Amino acid sequence: MSKKLKGHTFLGWLTFAMIIFALYMALVHAPVERVMGVVQKIFYFHVASAWNAFFAFFVVFVASIIFLKTRNRKWDIIAKVSAEIGVVFTTIVLVSGPIWARSAWNRWWVWEPRLTTTLILWFIYLAYILIRSASIEEDKKGVLAAAFGIIGFLDVPVVFFAIRWWGSLYHPEVVKGSGGGLHPAMFQALIACVVAFTFLYFYFLQKGIFIELSRLRIEKIKEELRAEN
Amino acid sequence: MLALLTPPSAGEVIIAGQSASAKPLNYRKKIGVISHNTFLYNNLSAYENLLFYGRMYDVPNLKKRINEVISEVGLKYSLNDPVRNFSRGMQQRLSIARAIIHEPEILFLDEPYTGLDQAAVKILNNVLLKLKNNERTILMVTHNFEQALNMSDRLVILVGGRIVHETPGSFLTLESLKDLYLNLVEER
Amino acid sequence: MGYLSKILNLVWKDLVIEFRAKEILSVMLIFAILVPIILAFSLNSAQETTENIFPGIIWVALTFSGILGFNRTFLNEKQNDSLLGLMLTPVDRTAIYFAKVIVNFTMMIFTEAVTLPLLFILFDFRFRGSILTLVLVIFLGTLGFTSVSTFLSALSANTRASEILLPIILFPIIIPVIIAAVQSTGIVLVGASIGEIASWIKLLGVYDVIFMAVPFILFEYILEV
Repeated sequence: MSKKLKGHTFLGWLTFAMIIFALYMALVHAPVERVMGVVQKIFYFHVASAWNAFFAFFVVFVASIIFLKTRNRKWDIIAKVSAEIGVVFTTIVLVSGPIWARSAWNRWWVWEPRLTTTLILWFIYLAYILIRSASIEEDKKGVLAAAFGIIGFLDVPVVFFAIRWWGSLYHPEVVKGSGGGLHPAMFQALIACVVAFTFLYFYFLQKGIFIELSRLRIEKIKEELRAEN
Repeated sequence: MLALLTPPSAGEVIIAGQSASAKPLNYRKKIGVISHNTFLYNNLSAYENLLFYGRMYDVPNLKKRINEVISEVGLKYSLNDPVRNFSRGMQQRLSIARAIIHEPEILFLDEPYTGLDQAAVKILNNVLLKLKNNERTILMVTHNFEQALNMSDRLVILVGGRIVHETPGSFLTLESLKDLYLNLVEER
Repeated sequence: MGYLSKILNLVWKDLVIEFRAKEILSVMLIFAILVPIILAFSLNSAQETTENIFPGIIWVALTFSGILGFNRTFLNEKQNDSLLGLMLTPVDRTAIYFAKVIVNFTMMIFTEAVTLPLLFILFDFRFRGSILTLVLVIFLGTLGFTSVSTFLSALSANTRASEILLPIILFPIIIPVIIAAVQSTGIVLVGASIGEIASWIKLLGVYDVIFMAVPFILFEYILEV
């Protein structure tokens, strides 16, 4: 137990250092964008969160499949925790997106395919969490949530293409990501942010799994105590 | 678990020397289940219920068989009434007919006597007796000591999910069974 | 009896029950007319704009009334725990899924057949397209919607608050169907050729295939006790 805890703490400090480094890279190292100004700095965290959200939901998808196959409780917990983290990162994307869009396109919200798909994604995994919190017996809950985790993830690419085709009818070429001519320092900052956020994800994941396992243990102890009395 | 609704957490279910989980469809064909839930559709008539379940079990000569089982449970004159209008006892009787329509080799009974009126108890006993004479296996779960003792050839007491006692039924009297049970529960 | 005739037997059972009770279908029909009326008032539709919003009105009405009906998909099976009885019978779980899809699909088609003509009259919409193409679009859209809804209603039927859970878990998932169905319906209604909606039809087709195949695999898990 104590050894495990050490690894946990180590990951925590490492993540902390990475975040500080990423902040330095994004805020100091990367130059200020000429047109958009300081607001453009949101971009680094926006993209990093988006990448992590997708990654988290991919983990939900894989863990759900493995859980249905093996019925190992561990995978159920991973899926659950990962979905929660994914929703947090998606929320960051959805908040930072409009702030950036306001200064870049002078509109809070644009029905742009990536942003809109992210919104739908957010709703899908909110639904996932709702299934998790519905009143069903614990064993069954895992199975139902896993089934939805699989369906939901498979739905994402279809949603994206549907929205893209739909959007092209109304918003021809409104959006071009700031890709293309990205300054090398900006690119470095972006990479640093993505890596740091990925570490953050794993830190959260481990913490979440730890909390879940503790919860299960407490319940087991309670059960034993009840049986004794 | 024996009815293969839940996969066993460990081991496997072996019936008549064969693993049941390997071919669940074949296995399900051989079992019938009577529980305190009737599994009937309220908006269908008795006949339609039996017709539906009979078809699901691929019963040959279904119409003849329906007539047989329906007389066996004494519902001949309510054949075309919707189950919604049946009394609790009648529904239970129909549920018995439903469980035996495909002439199962093994019959599972889960607390079958709860909520049965006297007529239904008598009918259920007759059905069970008949199956027993036809050398079918009957497995009954009950908290009713008297019924357990009267009906069974072999008696197994489960406490906390484990077999704690096994004995031929005729070795015990009602009193000794009750004592035995209470002792076993207490020991844990 | 084979797999197919068992499905038919299951469908027969559900349709007879529905025919007796008329609980679900009547509600679906009324709702499918009521929603467009609400929309007509809230959108202040003038004659010129009707053309743009009519396809949307159709599909909003159909989805809403569909959800209302699909909430009840597994209600019959809960009354006397007959779902358990079904699962004891020697039939593949997927047959239960397909039977429910067919039943729901039949009810949707029936609702559409009755309400769509009424909507055309109500909004005084001059139909200029080809009926066959419209039927194809509605068929594909309804199929995708039904197959996913049936699966998710089986999922939500396990919870106590199933009726409020279903819309929330269903709507995000069916967004591609809604988009594709509304767009292609809109194009068909003004009399465009099938070539112009080819990509939408393809999208609907892909969606239908994915969301028939995946529930097919997953349905067994959902029904576990």
